[in-house]
Amino acid sequence: MKSLILITATRYLLPLLLMFSLFLLLRGHNEPGGGFVGGLAAAAAFALFAIASGVERARDLLGVHPRVLLGAGLLIAISAGVMAIPVGLPFMTGLWSAIELPAIGKLGTPLLFDVGVYLIVLGMVVTIVFELAED
Amino acid sequence: MKLLVLAPILAPLITAALCLLAWQRMWLQRAISLLGGVVFTCSSVALLGYVYSYGIVVMQPGNWPAPFGITLVADLFSAVMAAVGSIVGLAVLIFSLTGVDQQRQQGGFHPLLHTLLLGVSGSFLTGDLFNLYVWFEVMLISSFVLVSLGGEKAQLEGAIKYVTLNLLSSALFLAAVGVLYSTVGTLNLADLAVRLGDADPSGAPSVAGRILLIAFGIKAAVFPLFFWLPASYHTPPAAISAVLAGLLTKVGVYAMTRVFSLLFPLEGDSTQTLLLWTAGLTMATGVLGAAAQNDIRRVLSFHIISQIGYMIMGLAMYTPLALAGMVFYLVHHIVVKTNLFLVAGIVQRLRGTCDLDRLGGLYRDKAWLAFLFLIPAFSLAGLPPLSGFWAKFILARAGLEAERYLIVAVALAVSLLTLFSMTKVWAEAFWKVPPAQDTPATEIEGSEGLRWMVVPSAALASLTVAIGFAAEPLFELASATANQLLDPKQYIDAVLGGA
Amino acid sequence: MELLLAITVGALYAAGFYMILRRSLVKLIIGLALLSHAANLFLFTVGGLTRAGVPLLDGVEPATTFADPLPQALILTAIVIGFGVQAFAIVLLRWVYQTTGTDDVNQLQTTDIGS
Repeated sequence: MKSLILITATRYLLPLLLMFSLFLLLRGHNEPGGGFVGGLAAAAAFALFAIASGVERARDLLGVHPRVLLGAGLLIAISAGVMAIPVGLPFMTGLWSAIELPAIGKLGTPLLFDVGVYLIVLGMVVTIVFELAED
Repeated sequence: MKLLVLAPILAPLITAALCLLAWQRMWLQRAISLLGGVVFTCSSVALLGYVYSYGIVVMQPGNWPAPFGITLVADLFSAVMAAVGSIVGLAVLIFSLTGVDQQRQQGGFHPLLHTLLLGVSGSFLTGDLFNLYVWFEVMLISSFVLVSLGGEKAQLEGAIKYVTLNLLSSALFLAAVGVLYSTVGTLNLADLAVRLGDADPSGAPSVAGRILLIAFGIKAAVFPLFFWLPASYHTPPAAISAVLAGLLTKVGVYAMTRVFSLLFPLEGDSTQTLLLWTAGLTMATGVLGAAAQNDIRRVLSFHIISQIGYMIMGLAMYTPLALAGMVFYLVHHIVVKTNLFLVAGIVQRLRGTCDLDRLGGLYRDKAWLAFLFLIPAFSLAGLPPLSGFWAKFILARAGLEAERYLIVAVALAVSLLTLFSMTKVWAEAFWKVPPAQDTPATEIEGSEGLRWMVVPSAALASLTVAIGFAAEPLFELASATANQLLDPKQYIDAVLGGA
Repeated sequence: MELLLAITVGALYAAGFYMILRRSLVKLIIGLALLSHAANLFLFTVGGLTRAGVPLLDGVEPATTFADPLPQALILTAIVIGFGVQAFAIVLLRWVYQTTGTDDVNQLQTTDIGS
């Protein structure tokens, strides 16, 4: 089932949704948002694309296999937790740097952790959606 | 040294992540998996050694102080379970390198096995009730995928039942967590223990206790909540069955023991009577179910249920000796049960079936395999001098001391029936002349990888024998564990900093 | 408000169990989803319903009454877990349907009956 309207609309929606997902990811500290919803929004973007243009093209667009996202996300999230250990603080303690960026706020390991969560959620949801959509 | 509590959780987590990244290169994935398994086992055993010498280890991830943040606690019971769990985990891992087909290994077996082990050790080491729920789910989701991995018809049918019943139990668990939080206002196990001690024992918390009993009862497969187990455990390949059989229900027993020693101590209340009856009925139904089966793995699945009954019996009697017996039994059972499933896997590999009618003559062709089977089988039935004898001996003695004669009688009768069941498997699969229609000694695949299936099985068998001949050190460890379980103050002081 | 939520939770539990007891696999999964929603909503309700400010934050005057954030954090975690489990259950349902060609739970008995 190919719908020209959906394909054309997706072309505009996809970048918007992906940007929105990054926005959700970055504002996640003190405002509603975070890695989980961000990842879901990004996965929704790819799911939409898969519905419009087929799973094969969606896989091409994603570039890497979803399980690579899962593995990389896990490693990033773990590294965010482990960083506190050399400093002498317990595992998973948040470390904050002094650098403050205009839109994001202070950089720190919680953001890194959120990035990991984002990748894991994206990888997992995309795996499931592709699995269900493929015949 | 507090990092040691974290190691059994971090090791499988990192291994799983690396396995995902090394997906394309099978040899690399296996190498990472094996290395991760060795690190995991070493760290768990080291943790046990540390806890045994220096006492309970507590860690607060995220630097949040005790009742507010999530706590990781390793007391003796946690550490013993984590160590034994990791040892069998490693054995299954080595077995699976050649014992699980290529298709499944490429389909994600290694990352899944490590997340399963992560969930298991997380459940043992957490000191927070909600966190326990999360670890349960980590463990369950990976086991769901492992059970259905490969997608054979029987596997999928089993998986549906397995998934449904376990999700039901998780929903109940969550509800109980809600009740406890609303009435007591904390979920830290140590803090809960303190506050429940002051609370009205007949109020809402006791309702939560009963809901938890049912939720963990489903996970541990006790009577009458066990039906999902024999419907699903025999369907996946032997390595997967082995790790599920060895570890998953035992996590349920662990959770039950933790809750009913720390939060709701079983001191002569009605829960104790309930548990005793449950224990007896679980033993009896399990072993009777096994007697009716005609497939090695089905027989073994029913025996898991029967054995769970013994552990619940130890918990229900709630004396120092009985709890020591339970811990001893847990250790013995995890090793023996996993090994029996591994042996069933070797039989399956050699003859292409586990159906007793179609097997036979294995003793003539493979005498070593017969011995490999006999050691865990006799240990399961409780013949001296193997580990199972001591486990049952301690429990029976505890029962006699507590003057609970009925349950002891049931336990001994069930033990005889277990022996009957094991001799049936022996006679049918190993001793009798193979049925004529099968060409004898057809090796399904070359014996190329067989060595790596035999090595872990032989290692576990020697562990069984070793426990049997040197039961004293393990019994001392089990007694120390039991004393710690009976004295929740130690746990509470370690977590909350003492008064 | 508590009463309304309590009735909703009860209705969700009832509907969930009813659906699980049906013979269709699709209904089984809907039932499991309803059941997990019921548990989440239950957690939310018993956690205490308060209309109040956020708990302590830097630079903001702490409110006199503030809502307990823990039940919400618990529910969020439970929702995430439930989401993952249900997604897997749907994939499993599809595999089962593809291999056995049936949606009827009663047809899936081969693993129960001894060979």
